[in-house]
Amino acid sequence: MKKISFKKIIKDPYLAIGILIMGLVLLMIIVGFFWTPYDPTKMSASEKLQGISLRHIMGTDNMGRDVFSRVMYGSRVTLLIAMGTIIIGAGLGTIIGAVTGYYGGVIDEVAMRIIDALFAFPSILLALVIVSVFGVGWMQLVVSLGIAFVPSFARIVRGEVLRCKDMDYIQNARLQGVGSLRMIFVHILPNIKGVLASSILIGFNNAVLAEAGLSYLGVGSQPPYASLGRMLSDAQQYMFTRPSYVMCPGIVIVLMVLGFAFLGEGIKRWE
Amino acid sequence: MGIILDVTDLHIEFHDHDAPETAVEDFDLMLAKGEIVGIVGESGSGKSMSALAIAGLLNRHAISKTGKIMFQGQDLLTCDRKTLRSFQGDEISIIFQEPMTSLNPVKRIGWQVEEPLKIHHPEIKKAERKKRAIEMLHAVGLDNAEDVYYMYPHELSGGMRQRVMIASAMIGNPQILIADEPTTALDVTVQAQIVELLKTLNREMGTSIIFISHDLSLVSQLCERVIVMQKGNIVESGYTKDVFTHPIDSYTKKLIAAIPKIDL
Ligand SMILES: Nc1ncnc2c1ncn2[C@@H]1O[C@H](COP(=O)(O)OP(=O)(O)OP(=O)(O)O)[C@@H](O)[C@H]1O
Ligand SMILES: [Mg+2]
Repeated sequence: MKKISFKKIIKDPYLAIGILIMGLVLLMIIVGFFWTPYDPTKMSASEKLQGISLRHIMGTDNMGRDVFSRVMYGSRVTLLIAMGTIIIGAGLGTIIGAVTGYYGGVIDEVAMRIIDALFAFPSILLALVIVSVFGVGWMQLVVSLGIAFVPSFARIVRGEVLRCKDMDYIQNARLQGVGSLRMIFVHILPNIKGVLASSILIGFNNAVLAEAGLSYLGVGSQPPYASLGRMLSDAQQYMFTRPSYVMCPGIVIVLMVLGFAFLGEGIKRWE
Repeated sequence: MGIILDVTDLHIEFHDHDAPETAVEDFDLMLAKGEIVGIVGESGSGKSMSALAIAGLLNRHAISKTGKIMFQGQDLLTCDRKTLRSFQGDEISIIFQEPMTSLNPVKRIGWQVEEPLKIHHPEIKKAERKKRAIEMLHAVGLDNAEDVYYMYPHELSGGMRQRVMIASAMIGNPQILIADEPTTALDVTVQAQIVELLKTLNREMGTSIIFISHDLSLVSQLCERVIVMQKGNIVESGYTKDVFTHPIDSYTKKLIAAIPKIDL
């Protein structure tokens, strides 16, 4: 493990750009907790679909709400949903991948066939199916997306554990009498945390996109507190009359995705 | 002196392929308290397999073992896993020839040396554990033990890592230390230091050692008794002096003749 130092971070453009972008997005979200230029849910019949101006730096939407305030709020919703998704997906995926990879045998065979089957579906389709079973709502959304993300994490972790478990130092720990659970979680997992960290960031990306996709399809977060994806979906019919309404939340999504991608790549190179 | 390990009639067979393959046959070994026994023999003669069986590490399904390995009133071949696990790393420790890869790259040295204590003696407090780990690092000849405690494996040389492995193996004050070619990967001067270290630990802590090596001169420096193996069988055994000066078996004679002699 290398020491974390400011100099090294600056030297790696991926990490630096990733941190910069995510810093900006996070700043906007954190500020949004305390202050937004306008109440994001306040409608105004006289200020519908305005363009970019000093009064409304991202314009207003079809109900006269301030788009910037809504973007600040929506980014928070999107990020929280993505985080929830990753916590569930990466958490369960890591446990399943680690256990199946470590023990092998029948559990591994069975679990991996199930994972393979799940993997055959695009995660957004899978989430759509789960949402249709559990119903609409942000909790259901997080759970569905989380489950949809389990297979990819399980696969990655399993592969890494398989690689790691035959290492001399793991054999050595085994012959010091280290038990299976301690072996998996204390001896093996810390060795794959680099791979895990970058997959989590890539996963974040996919979660942001999947949430946007699901919201776009109308099963994501519910109005009036819209996620970025939801805003995109609401905005699409005004795409040509008021392009700034679509573009502003769109650009923030792109920024988030890029930020995570750069961070992920940066961490991968860091190892 | 008391016998602490009694191996009789050990057979090890592999069933990986169609026909069973015998790796070890009729292996007998009695180890007294505080004794150092050497096992020598060519590559593939079954030295490691015998050692692993004694350490209770051959429990794959494809391997069948018969015979008896008596330790503290238990037969290690038939006792339950829990008993076996409680011996491993505490009463019976083993070190290998690969010090470069035997340490976990993401854990500090101190953490790794303490691991056997955490597992076998969870009642020992953190501060006491650390104290013992540093003492042990000192005992294996790492003079800057306090610094080494906080280092990562990549900061140490091969010889230092092997010392760390020995410290980790010895921290539970085991009855038996099995050293499977512990010096093969090291250069000659470091080899001699490690052998010297094993001798010191044996004398001061009273640990019995099974020392496996290709190097007959190291064995003759370290071991009172020696076992010579060929193709899974013991071809000769006895006091090192006797075996090396008056070898009976033709294979032993060949081995001894093959020692490079340095005449100055
Ligand atoms: N998986 C396996 N299947 C079949 N035979 C095996 C297997 N693993 C090892 N053996 C056999 O067991 C025998 C003993 O091997 P062992 O590793 O004990 O030799 P060794 O004396 O330690 O050799 P070296 O000096 O090279 O370490 C060898 O003949 C080897 O072919
Ligand atoms: Mg060997």
